[in-house]
Amino acid sequence: MTKSKQYSAVDYSQFPNAEGYFGEFGGRFVSETLIHALEELEAIYTKLKDDPDFQAQFDKDLAYYVGRPSPLYHAERWSREVGGAQIYLKREDLNHTGAHKVNNTIGQALLAKFTGKRRVIAETGAGQHGVASATVAARLGLECVVYMGAEDVKRQALNVYRMKLLGAEVVPVTSGSKTLKDALNEAMRDWSTNVDDTFYIIGTVAGPHPYPQLVRDFQSVIGREARAQSLEQTGRLPDALVACVGGGSNAIGLFHPFLGDDGVEMYGVEAGGEGVATGRHAAPLNDGVPGVLHGNRTYLMEDENGQIIETHSVSAGLDYPGVGPEHAWLKDIGRVNYVAINDDEALTAFRKLTRTEGIMPALETSHALAYAEKLAATMRPDQHIVVNLSGRGDKDILTVAALDGITVDGVNIS
Amino acid sequence: MSRISRCMAEAKQQGRKALVAYIVNGDPYPEATLPAMHALVAQGVDIIEVGVPFSDPMAEGPVIQRGHERALSHNISLRGTFELVKAFRQQNSETPVVLMGYANPLERMGYQQVADAAAEAGVDGLLTVDLPPEEVVQFKAALDKVNLDNIFLLAPTTSVERARRISALASGFLYYVSLKGVTGAGHLDVDAVKAKLEEFGELTGLPMCVGFGIKDAASAQAVARLADGVVIGSVLVDKMGSMGSASTDDIAAAVGEIAGSIRAGLDSL
Repeated sequence: MTKSKQYSAVDYSQFPNAEGYFGEFGGRFVSETLIHALEELEAIYTKLKDDPDFQAQFDKDLAYYVGRPSPLYHAERWSREVGGAQIYLKREDLNHTGAHKVNNTIGQALLAKFTGKRRVIAETGAGQHGVASATVAARLGLECVVYMGAEDVKRQALNVYRMKLLGAEVVPVTSGSKTLKDALNEAMRDWSTNVDDTFYIIGTVAGPHPYPQLVRDFQSVIGREARAQSLEQTGRLPDALVACVGGGSNAIGLFHPFLGDDGVEMYGVEAGGEGVATGRHAAPLNDGVPGVLHGNRTYLMEDENGQIIETHSVSAGLDYPGVGPEHAWLKDIGRVNYVAINDDEALTAFRKLTRTEGIMPALETSHALAYAEKLAATMRPDQHIVVNLSGRGDKDILTVAALDGITVDGVNIS
Repeated sequence: MSRISRCMAEAKQQGRKALVAYIVNGDPYPEATLPAMHALVAQGVDIIEVGVPFSDPMAEGPVIQRGHERALSHNISLRGTFELVKAFRQQNSETPVVLMGYANPLERMGYQQVADAAAEAGVDGLLTVDLPPEEVVQFKAALDKVNLDNIFLLAPTTSVERARRISALASGFLYYVSLKGVTGAGHLDVDAVKAKLEEFGELTGLPMCVGFGIKDAASAQAVARLADGVVIGSVLVDKMGSMGSASTDDIAAAVGEIAGSIRAGLDSL
């Protein structure tokens, strides 16, 4: 652990600026057709975010539909086994639909309702955001189309069927690398075509302004609760926060309310795939360069010609070549440390938490857990770490079974 | 006066509608592009737009997406596109060439390096789909230094007030995107184009070309009545994509024939 720095010297609430920038990152890099819709969304959001009725509705939905606040759970047995800092888990896996994603889809569905749009679209990687979007669409009676890379459709068959049961249309995307980035491209194309009657529910803190801001604001409930719960349970703030980073919405949600707290170190954990040194990973903050993709400037994985390259991760939800622009900025100003965990380490953590605490984490989340274990071992038992347990692992059971060489009887995953 | 402005002015003087043709560099294979460009010019194309292949072409429909994928499978990128234009200029010093692409390859190479290399190669303008006016400021400054045109898009969703601001920044021509959607879309509504262009009115005296969804002589004619020129793309890329194993001559002849029939349609207006 490094000693405390003057993190409180920055007013993080001033970012993004009026043009949607966090330092040099962010912005609104889209074709002219979408500018009007983004300006409209920004105007509506600016008006509603401080509107007491809107906030009351959002808070009510989070309490009675999502089941918030989610507990902050002291994983005593696991902490004891690690033999270092006390590890607390922010249980976003206990939310309705099983992950943090729903905090954001509730918020954006409310925005859609205020704009009067009857159709929502979403992109999804692991399927959690697709499920959370299909869920809120079902509740509000909105038509829902979810774009999902054809590779991910195969990897996440259970979530695909879940979305269909919820009444959504799932469109497999076969262009490019057939994963999350291509699903995002296709959702943008749909939005350009149907911009008059369609609300695009982006699932992470990326995309053109104002998406990185509004998704962050909706997810920040995680950090606000965790901060209050830490004070209540331990009498002080945690020494460190750990969260996995694909696009980065669960991490920003946990980190943001703590950014001005000098004593709180933060670790964003990217997908190291087969190892950062191999190039086969999904860790742009560890091994990428700044560039422009999906409407914002951020760190990207690309070749020497600026072509986006394929990423590799055992977890579909982290398999993305970019990252939210606020993370890019937090990296550059040194506020958050961005590290990487390989597939193997994540799988080990998946099994460990399941056996030690009876909590089965998502493979995405398992990256954060693996790093938390390493970090905790370097800390004292009177220190505290909060890990964002961003999602539950039920969706990954077939993936893990397949890696074990086991075919689960009676389930056709093709 | 830039090559683009001269070309558009001449067309207007002669009472002709400008025909702008888009093909993707390196599609369906690298050697096919240069002969296709010459064939397009021979068949009456006034301005050539060369698509710079990108891995994530967000504004393209499936036809042009596949064109980008074919070109990328041959590792064709921005630098190779400068080489292409250099080669084109050895035989043609008149026809304007616009590079159409996405921001990230430019970011990677560096804005001023791109502008300098483009000018040196004989490029006349750049149209970068995901650099709207708010984000193109730095790149446009780099282009201004070497007197290249940044081509701006106007869309059905662009307000009149915004269109005025955009045209104040623009040079060469304005590109009106005829529909809400992606390239090659099938829902071109000529009446809607007419209404929107009338709403815009006279913006700055810059010529207006209309593209997206123009497939044949009939749709080109209908749109050309409302504007100074039309842009065709998907219809050419679709043809080239279907000729992956054909000779460069056959591909050039095929795209030339399509352009020629659209040229004839425009000239009979």
